[in-house]
Amino acid sequence: MTLFRVSLVASLALVLLFLTLPVVAVFVDSSPAELVESLGRPGALDALWLSARATAAALVVILAVGTPAAYMLATRSFRGKAVLVTLIELPLVLPPAVAGIALLAAVGPSGILGGAVEAAGIELSLQTAGVVVALIFVACPFYIRQAIAAFASVDSTLLDASRTLGASEARGFLRVMVPAAVPGLAAGTALALGRALGEFGATLMFAGSFQGITQTVPLAIYDRFSTDFESALALSAVLVAVSAAILLSVKLVHGGEALGVAPR
Amino acid sequence: MLRVDARHRLGSLALDVSVTVGRGECLALAGPSGAGKTSLLRVAAGLLRPERGLVQAGEDTWLDTSRDLEVPPERRSCGYVFQEYALFPHLTAWQNVAYPLRGVPRRERRERALGLLERFGMGELADARPRTLSGGERQRVALARMLARQPGILLLDEPLSALDARTRARAASELAEVLREVEAPALLVTHDFSEAAQLGDRVGVIDAGRIVQEGTPSELAAEPRSAFVADFTGAVVLTGVARSRPDGLTAVALDGGGEVTTTDPGSGKVAVSVYPWDISIEPRGAEAAPGSTKNHLAAEVVSLTTLGNRVRLGLAGPQPLAAEITSASARELGLGPGARVVASWKASATRLIAD
Repeated sequence: MTLFRVSLVASLALVLLFLTLPVVAVFVDSSPAELVESLGRPGALDALWLSARATAAALVVILAVGTPAAYMLATRSFRGKAVLVTLIELPLVLPPAVAGIALLAAVGPSGILGGAVEAAGIELSLQTAGVVVALIFVACPFYIRQAIAAFASVDSTLLDASRTLGASEARGFLRVMVPAAVPGLAAGTALALGRALGEFGATLMFAGSFQGITQTVPLAIYDRFSTDFESALALSAVLVAVSAAILLSVKLVHGGEALGVAPR
Repeated sequence: MLRVDARHRLGSLALDVSVTVGRGECLALAGPSGAGKTSLLRVAAGLLRPERGLVQAGEDTWLDTSRDLEVPPERRSCGYVFQEYALFPHLTAWQNVAYPLRGVPRRERRERALGLLERFGMGELADARPRTLSGGERQRVALARMLARQPGILLLDEPLSALDARTRARAASELAEVLREVEAPALLVTHDFSEAAQLGDRVGVIDAGRIVQEGTPSELAAEPRSAFVADFTGAVVLTGVARSRPDGLTAVALDGGGEVTTTDPGSGKVAVSVYPWDISIEPRGAEAAPGSTKNHLAAEVVSLTTLGNRVRLGLAGPQPLAAEITSASARELGLGPGARVVASWKASATRLIAD
């Protein structure tokens, strides 16, 4: 073996060790029985249930509004479109703390739209609804980006064909474009789901960390890592399992292509 | 009856076309890619709004830019077969065919779709998805889907170009049969003149956004009005300078050397055309003694392409030539690249086209 090959193999081994050891440690630091037992402690189940509900609610909103928006961006060309897409992508690179502050400044109690939100009878701060808003804000761009690419890759003559067969554009969108874009849309949904499940900073700043109301799994892990390490580990193990399942399902559905990790 | 007038500027293309197709008639427009063929179909279907245009189908006016009238594509009763067929990938063959059948009970939709598929011999593949079908099968699904809506007009964009050579002949005869049966006027575009001649009752040659000549296929082949049309119909086009001869024939001194004789009158700079199947090939030095064939050009074989039982010869003479002979003749003459031959044809098979 040449020195070069040795160094290649050594680098890969280091990367693998460094990236997988902490993940493996989550599962082996305590016995499986202890992990399962600690999930039953008060607060842990609350956090899991809240994360599930808030993420599901955020995804419903993201899919319902993001899909037509992405379709429009993928099929129309108009002035300022590039600027618009950049604005939509901005939350992708925003530090979570900045996202939290930005949400507070926009729709927080003393934010620029705070009065209007309050007048509409919606309470966001320190409420589950606030968690949902934070999740939508950070996860939506992941979905929209992927959905634009998915719609753009569908052959546009399919929509033309649908119209010449007597279907309005709205019907063609629902019956042809969305089904044809499903693999890409599913990949986008998985990315948004992964991002929403792991959301921490923006939720903490915007909605706080109250058990059963705004304390999602990541917040619960942070809350107890110094007092109840077992339970923090157990919650982490659940997130690792769910994240792995998401990654795997995307790869299976899409051959990894959607995430840009497919072999060439 | 279908009438489409369209004037539209699209990039470097200035489309300016006016066509009329009668009931039960198929007008085939043939031209090179970029000539505006697909744009014209899109105007007829309502997928492209021209700067100025008029589209009338039977009693209905679908587009009249002078009155700012435009009917959206979904309310125009037209069957459109797209170049790559545009079958919906997530639907099965029968669901594709049933797509236009809205407001029909589910059972009946399936039955009607199956009936149409069976008509094209596709009944057994009703539950197959497009990606598992061959090109010829996809074409049949596309034709069935087009007919499902009982369209008032038919628009066909290169319906055979997505097929391989072997499937094409059969698909062409199936398509010709559909066109014969259907009463609706049909507008077909293709880049292949022989396809247009086979499928169209009339053929229009379209170049750079304009129809340069229109007529029956044999009219176009016999009397091409320009070198472009002659070339496009598959003829060999040679350029030169013509002068009248005392015997009433016209002699054309070819650019690059050699002379050919034609029965057509003309003078000055001209082009002459002859069809490859009117050219006969003899080995060099064995030209027959004076006969009825007036034109002889020395040439060298550059390429041989087998087309079924024929061979198309690419020839290098004073100007490039092509000849089509039977495979048997090619074998008997022992032709191969580099063979030195004489290409001969009659003055009466030589058309003169004013430059």
